[in-house]
Amino acid sequence: MLSYILRRLLYAIPILIGVNLLTFALFFVVNTPDDMARLQLGAKHVTAEAIERWKTEHGYDKPLLLNEAATGMEKLTNTIFFQHSAAMFAFRFGKGDDGRDIGNEIRTRMGPSLAIALPVFVIGLLVNITFALLMVFFRSTYLDLGGVVLCVMLMSISGLFYIIAGQYFVAKLWNLLPISGFADGADALRFILLPVLVSVVAGIGSGARWYRTIFIEEIGKDYVRTARAKGLSEVRVLFRHVLKNGMIPILTGAVVVLPLLFMGSLITESFFGIPGLGSYTIDAIQAQDFAVVRAMVFLGSFLYIVGLILTDISYSWVDPRVRLR
Amino acid sequence: MTRAGNLLLGLGLLLLAACSDTWNDPYPGSAADANVVYSAFAERPKHLDPARSYSSNEVEFTGQIYEPPLQYHFLKRPYELIPLTADAVPRPRYQDGRGRPLADDAPAAQIAQSVYEIRIRPGIRYQPHPAFARDAAGRYRYHALAAGFVAEKRQIADFEHTGTRELVAADYVYQIKRLAHPGLSSPIFGLMSEHIVGLQALGETLQKAAQTGHGTRLDLRAFSLEGAEVVDRYTYRIRIKGKYPQFIYWLAMPFFAPIPWEAEVFYAQPGMADRNFTLDWQPVGTGPFYLAENDPNRRMVLKKNPNFHGETYPDAGSEADRAAGLLADAGRALPLIDGAVFSLEKETIPYWSKFLQGYYDSSGISSDSFDQAVTFSAGGDPQLTDSMRAQHIRLVTTVATSLWYVGFNMLDPVVGGLGEDRRKLRQALSIAFDYDEYISIFLNGRGIPAQGPIPPGMFGHVEGVKGINPHVYEVHEGRIQRRPIEAARSLLAEAGYPDGRNAKTGEPLVLYFDTMASGPDAKARLDWMKKQLDKLNVQLVVRGTDYNRFQDKIRKGNAQLFEWGWNADYPDPENFFFLLYGPHKKVGTGGENAANYDNPEFNRLFERMKDMDNGPQRQQVIDQMQEIVRRDAPWIFAYYPKSFGLVHGWVTNVKPNLMANNTLKYRRIDPPRRAQRRIEWNRPVLWPIGAGALVLVAVIAPAVIAWRRHEKKVA
Repeated sequence: MLSYILRRLLYAIPILIGVNLLTFALFFVVNTPDDMARLQLGAKHVTAEAIERWKTEHGYDKPLLLNEAATGMEKLTNTIFFQHSAAMFAFRFGKGDDGRDIGNEIRTRMGPSLAIALPVFVIGLLVNITFALLMVFFRSTYLDLGGVVLCVMLMSISGLFYIIAGQYFVAKLWNLLPISGFADGADALRFILLPVLVSVVAGIGSGARWYRTIFIEEIGKDYVRTARAKGLSEVRVLFRHVLKNGMIPILTGAVVVLPLLFMGSLITESFFGIPGLGSYTIDAIQAQDFAVVRAMVFLGSFLYIVGLILTDISYSWVDPRVRLR
Repeated sequence: MTRAGNLLLGLGLLLLAACSDTWNDPYPGSAADANVVYSAFAERPKHLDPARSYSSNEVEFTGQIYEPPLQYHFLKRPYELIPLTADAVPRPRYQDGRGRPLADDAPAAQIAQSVYEIRIRPGIRYQPHPAFARDAAGRYRYHALAAGFVAEKRQIADFEHTGTRELVAADYVYQIKRLAHPGLSSPIFGLMSEHIVGLQALGETLQKAAQTGHGTRLDLRAFSLEGAEVVDRYTYRIRIKGKYPQFIYWLAMPFFAPIPWEAEVFYAQPGMADRNFTLDWQPVGTGPFYLAENDPNRRMVLKKNPNFHGETYPDAGSEADRAAGLLADAGRALPLIDGAVFSLEKETIPYWSKFLQGYYDSSGISSDSFDQAVTFSAGGDPQLTDSMRAQHIRLVTTVATSLWYVGFNMLDPVVGGLGEDRRKLRQALSIAFDYDEYISIFLNGRGIPAQGPIPPGMFGHVEGVKGINPHVYEVHEGRIQRRPIEAARSLLAEAGYPDGRNAKTGEPLVLYFDTMASGPDAKARLDWMKKQLDKLNVQLVVRGTDYNRFQDKIRKGNAQLFEWGWNADYPDPENFFFLLYGPHKKVGTGGENAANYDNPEFNRLFERMKDMDNGPQRQQVIDQMQEIVRRDAPWIFAYYPKSFGLVHGWVTNVKPNLMANNTLKYRRIDPPRRAQRRIEWNRPVLWPIGAGALVLVAVIAPAVIAWRRHEKKVA
């Protein structure tokens, strides 16, 4: 298995280079360094000289991919792409346009993002699977139908609505929790409860529907009939056998997103004032801070690859037939 | 499961209840009755270095921390400059090309240099900061730190020792040199190098030094600047090329605040930047507050500077100020609060809700909540709604020193040029765009139709009937009203487009409007614009574009009509008229004249007006300039925005000052009253918890019953 993991990690390098190159090309097709400089310098008193100085300060005064004026390897290394990208493979992300160290920002913001995303993931998974198994348990009854209708209703409502409604009722009308904000340590609990509650409720519709489909497919298989024939209770059949055999598709969806929980949620973090990585990314896109966007895309790609590897490993745990070579 | 869940929920809520009197308090650990202002910021500041920060969201902080030599009087209108750290507002002395003194009223053409000599008051001290800390031998404790020492520090407060020192004239000169530093990219370097003697050359010298220095810190004390020199410990001198009376206003901006060299040495050490310990993030000033907590991702906390030099609340103001209680604190030592907490609040809904809960002391009014807060009387005056009055909230309004306009590209073959037909075309369009209606529909009445480039509150603006734009407005039975659309049609016909068609070719007149606006709100506005030209049977094609492309089009002169605005840097008409000055054309020179308007008569008057002192003569020239631009109509003067703000009853000394950025020191609050109101307004409502539990039981119970039945049936 170790050699498999090592091989997969090595495969990741060309993928990351490709992602990096693609991000770079997309970003610079839309924006020239001059555009970035103008945006950063504002609308007033921007001179051509100021733009040049900004570009020099941020290392954007070099050619993009190929430095014709340079000699030897410097043709490739003395370029914007190389100088801003190579260091990322050592997880050195440099500085954003605001002068702050990106690595430091990521480390600081990861905590708040996880504080929301991890409980939402765990609680959401438990609630959705339980709800889906209950629907399967009562399949072809009015309870199942009601559950499916409820799920479709929940899915049809915009995520933003849950946030606004949650803030309005829980925080504004009933004064039970702070409407937004964040704090360190134990104080964080009061700020986390509402976004977690809202996110879990918002995810029930699609999550439970998806798991129900998986379990319905499983429940028609021979091993389930065998289990029932052995006299096992329906609860035991569902929660021991069907759940275990339904884990592969569940893991496909769940484990792959596990590392991405670090990246946070864009809307939730923005509305609840959570200083996480989601809001960091969206701010950087809006401000055309290429250094931060590039770092976040790189990190996202890396974590996605890690997620895929973890998924493969988890397959072998839940299904002994799967062997990683 | 349900029981356990309920138990957990109950426990959690009990824990929360134990935390404070109000369950929804977003400031855990803060005393509700602390003498602290609570506010918010929507966008995190990018720069707090006074050489770099320019945006209003940055100056909101730097204005409280740094002290330039001058400031604006808090209460007086029109805006008046008064000393801050200087002992007087300097008057320029003029010199000719040989350095000989000239009279105050010497013609601008004879003046080679204007010399400003500024004397600062002795005894002003910097905030406590580790950069000034010295050991028993008098050596700086933290100027030669060992590698790894900084890595253990998370914030400036982690440095055990702090120190201070007296403010000296050299600190001001040092900061002026910093404007030319190649590593700082000061947004005003380009502009200032046109005015301050030797600044351009210093910039070039520093650029070369930076290139040859291979990353070592540039010690600006080793570089001289002809235009900024220290006269003695408390006096410095600035030399300006020619005559530039508006320079005095720049001396009230943080760009010209002092920076101690010790701070730069301290922050330049290895490892500092990696911990975000830079002058851009950890300011060092002499102002009434210092930045105690700097987490722009969450909150910024200002605390009272213990070394502040003891300024007092102003005792001069108008009768209206006295009646409004704005002179009640006259003579009291500033600041009147112990600090301020600014929380990051990106979305308007939570911001508004927290304001209504008493967790923010003041708030703007977004479009979403406007109807909830403001109504208009029969006479059109804004009033607070009953619910706002019940909470003792006050409404504060002011007309911004800003202007929104629709510009015509004067280089465009259809709408540009100074010919009579083109002029009439632009005048016709100016009448057709009914901005009175626009303000009512899209701004909830928060604006005043613009009559010219100069907004109210600035010298040169004329109120009432005398100040109208006669090409767009007329006086009917003593009331100012927009000229009828028939007048626009008539002008359009005279311009060669009867009924919106080219008289020669019969082709319909199609105009192109470039805009950065997008989204549902923008669509409604853009539809409205099309509708305005429909009245003249003229087609308007909207070309949506992003910020960069829009800028590019304007720069290259590829736009035809475009929407733009300007916010005053300082209260002088020159700051608006220069946007129409020919030599400042965007195309070719990269100036700020986006319309590329170039009228020799206007240019001549501008050159005369900019050097004049405020007075009847200057007003006369301004009136002539106003008439020229109103007649030529390179812009459709849209509106002067009106800002509406709300403050709670416990907040006093609030008077909008659009020029000053250091008004936090005047703010007073009544903390016990605020604490009491917060408790009253935020009593937790508990029945939803019980109701929620009941609903949960109601949902789960049938499922449990059905499951049991099922199990029995199977058995």
